[in-house]
Amino acid sequence: MSFQTEKKGLAGIIAASSVGTLIEWYDFYIFGSLATIIATKFFPSGNPTLALLSTLATFAAGFVVRPFGALFFGRLGDLIGRKYTFLLTLVIMGLSTFLIGCIPSYESIGYLAPILVLILRLLQGLALGGEYGGAATYVAEHSPAERRGFWTSWIQTTATVGLFVSLLVIITVKGSMNETKFNDWGWRVPFWISIIMVAISIIIRMRMKESPLFAKVKAEGKISVNPLKESFGHRLNFKFVLLALFGATMGQGVVWYTGQFYALSFIQNTLSVDVSQASKLIMWALLFGTPFFVVFGALSDRIGRKWIMMIGMLIAIVSYRYIYSSMYDAGSVKAKTEIVDQAKTVIKTEADAKHAGDSVRTTTISRVYTDGTVLTEVKKETLHADISKADPAKDVKVTKTAILDKSSFWKLVFWVFVQVLFVTMVYGPIAAFLVEMFPTRIRYTSMSLPYHIGNGIFGGLLPAVATFLATKATQANEAAAKLGEKLPYDKPFLEGLWYPIIIAAVCLIIGVLYINGEDNRIED
Amino acid sequence: MNQIRKYMGLVWIALALIAGYYLIVSQAIPKFESPKPEDRIPAIIYAFILTPIIVGGLLVFGYYAIKGEYDIYEDKEHHLHIKED
Repeated sequence: MSFQTEKKGLAGIIAASSVGTLIEWYDFYIFGSLATIIATKFFPSGNPTLALLSTLATFAAGFVVRPFGALFFGRLGDLIGRKYTFLLTLVIMGLSTFLIGCIPSYESIGYLAPILVLILRLLQGLALGGEYGGAATYVAEHSPAERRGFWTSWIQTTATVGLFVSLLVIITVKGSMNETKFNDWGWRVPFWISIIMVAISIIIRMRMKESPLFAKVKAEGKISVNPLKESFGHRLNFKFVLLALFGATMGQGVVWYTGQFYALSFIQNTLSVDVSQASKLIMWALLFGTPFFVVFGALSDRIGRKWIMMIGMLIAIVSYRYIYSSMYDAGSVKAKTEIVDQAKTVIKTEADAKHAGDSVRTTTISRVYTDGTVLTEVKKETLHADISKADPAKDVKVTKTAILDKSSFWKLVFWVFVQVLFVTMVYGPIAAFLVEMFPTRIRYTSMSLPYHIGNGIFGGLLPAVATFLATKATQANEAAAKLGEKLPYDKPFLEGLWYPIIIAAVCLIIGVLYINGEDNRIED
Repeated sequence: MNQIRKYMGLVWIALALIAGYYLIVSQAIPKFESPKPEDRIPAIIYAFILTPIIVGGLLVFGYYAIKGEYDIYEDKEHHLHIKED
């Protein structure tokens, strides 16, 4: 029996599914993109309880709740159907996001504010865990086998487009008001906008029909009684869950996080590029790269999913160090020549508003480089009236912000684009690949968990482990320099890359050795 | 190739043990010993969520590989996923 839908109808199904998934990613990302301002409003520094709640919101949403959401909603999707389940995830995500934008600050309602933010953030993670598997399964179960990679690749664009839209909305809102207004209430607008998008998406999704394959299984009375047990308690299926995780999603997760998030963090923190310029840079790279999700998705219909993903991982593994070294050369002021006589220094001393008697000396140094790059270095020193209170580690804070010249800017756009290209190779075909691994009756549950462990856990660990490795290398260099010994690391900032390189390499070997890649049937 | 797939199972089991050692010794324990209370959350997550998933998953994967669960045959019927009852 064939469930092929007319192309026009299928395009509508893809659009309806993709818009909802895109909005879910948008909702998830705006919290991350506005993390700094959210921290000041709900988790002010200096309070250990708030620091604890903040850490919980950061870690728990990605590591714990996303896979749990995959299990919870995956099970529901295999029991009651794809349509109602991913409608539910959309409602939970939309309401959580909107409400985050409505919570009064810590200053107004005290501990209730961060607790509410934490709860809503956890709900966001839960909803995200359930959304992707449902959308991918729903689209795949409508698609003809020979075009499944192409059609499901539209779902794959949503994560990147969601990040793009979140950055765009934030930049637009920021640009429409001054900084004081944005910090006061303007940051809430991106959260409020979500409710409009979610409402439209819910109306569209309400009109959609249930997946034909699931409807058939249901009509035949073959729905799984216990999808969790069948997925993970049955060796014949569980071995494929493990293969999907260690042979595909684990490597895909680290390649994705490296290309989109580590790149942004590297540009902002290692290269000290201005936050707004860094966001624009990433947006350009995403804009150029996103169509390739569809290109590689379609190509996977012709040459198979496996080898596109594996080649994507291989190229990423061998080129990451070169790419980041090139990014450093293009963006770091250490690799540029300063026009020394154009440097300007402004020193200002003001009374410390928080501590009577103390004062704060702000030294602002602007440095201009031959290529047009401008680096602003702001050094804030607290000068204590009582000298015994002086603590050099806490009293001096230095921030550096670079505004890159056009040439450096576009060089960085190019290198991030190259990384996004790797993302499209590993991520474009993966929805079709995962869907084809599992039978209809337990597909939602079985594919959601390896996806969210691969991305949420292996990908989510990247910032912590990469920072740990880079810090260790920097500390080793500093220790060697003190002793007058040869520095053990030529470029310590590259050491963090060993995490995605090793994880992707293990995944590549497992994928090449164990994935069959021949069977693309999903009808049971 | 199926012989290689089976032998490599030992590599995955060894890798599980190395990953477990790294996650516990390099990541979880230093965070448990940290004076900052907020470090306890990632420590608990490393020790009780990530380590069991990563180590346990790789151990079972390696075991399945040794047992020949991932052997590939020319006959495509061997690769059909779980059959409906």
